[in-house]
Amino acid sequence: MDPIHQFEIKNLFPVAHIAGVDIAFTNSALFMLISLAIILLLTLGATSRRALVPGRLQSVAELSYEFTVDTLRNTAGPEGMRFFPLVFSLFMFILVLNVIGIIPYTFTVTSHIIITVALALLVFCTVIVYGFWKNGWRFLKLFVPSGVPIYILPLVTFIEVMSFFSRPVSHSVRLFANMLAGHITLKVFGGFVTMLGALGFLGWLGAILPLGLTVALTALELLVAFLQAYVFAILTCIYLNDAIHPGH
Amino acid sequence: MDPQAAKMIGAGIACIGMGGAGVGVGTIFGHYLAAALRNPSAAQGQFGNLIFGFAVTEALGIFSLLIALLLLFAL
Repeated sequence: MDPIHQFEIKNLFPVAHIAGVDIAFTNSALFMLISLAIILLLTLGATSRRALVPGRLQSVAELSYEFTVDTLRNTAGPEGMRFFPLVFSLFMFILVLNVIGIIPYTFTVTSHIIITVALALLVFCTVIVYGFWKNGWRFLKLFVPSGVPIYILPLVTFIEVMSFFSRPVSHSVRLFANMLAGHITLKVFGGFVTMLGALGFLGWLGAILPLGLTVALTALELLVAFLQAYVFAILTCIYLNDAIHPGH
Repeated sequence: MDPQAAKMIGAGIACIGMGGAGVGVGTIFGHYLAAALRNPSAAQGQFGNLIFGFAVTEALGIFSLLIALLLLFAL
């Protein structure tokens, strides 16, 4: 009952062997493809009928669309709408991956830091490139807040720069650590159930408590899965807002 | 001391930092709820700010969890 075992990456079939690096189709890649298929089915399939009164699936697709639009417009303003495809893709991708991961015997792609770092660096680089492309050197005003007394300005600027560069770290580690810790907790409580169940009849009685806790924790994990996808999306919006409107 | 034991103790100590983040997250949601009950019509507009404050506070707790995980599994 090793709680870390569930995060093991398995090679399903090898693809290539380039310069001493094995490139293989892993279970991580498989679940990313599954999530993409689900998102495509949801967004394309559910809205293909374009009913005036939406059915259940069409409502889900429209709700997720409108939810992301509202979030983006409220944080980054109307100019931020050009980043809607990016934010919507990130939100749906992470949400579907997180929710798939709760199902037993599946693999949680977002519990690997390499995935979340790649997503966070995508956002970070987008902010830097778009900020300099749109504002030029005025983008650096992001680090120099206006209305601060001149004698503490260097300190404030230093703090702003540090917090800017720690963004991709916290952005990626938050998602990764939440998924990792949640799944380890589920596994540990599941381990209590089997350990107590092996003791006999009295153990079965004792196992009811951790079993109930496992069910409750699964419900909590569903909330966390949605909340972390939403937090990732809204932080993306806030960082993009910095690139669009750099002045404080 | 056995390095393995020191590592385990260090991971345990690192987790204390998460208590501070717990206090912070509780303060944020508690104050949001108190303000939302006073003026429910303005509550919806501040939901984004709530989540942002929650995320920034939680990040600090996550950092200490990260140190604990690094000590346990990576270093």
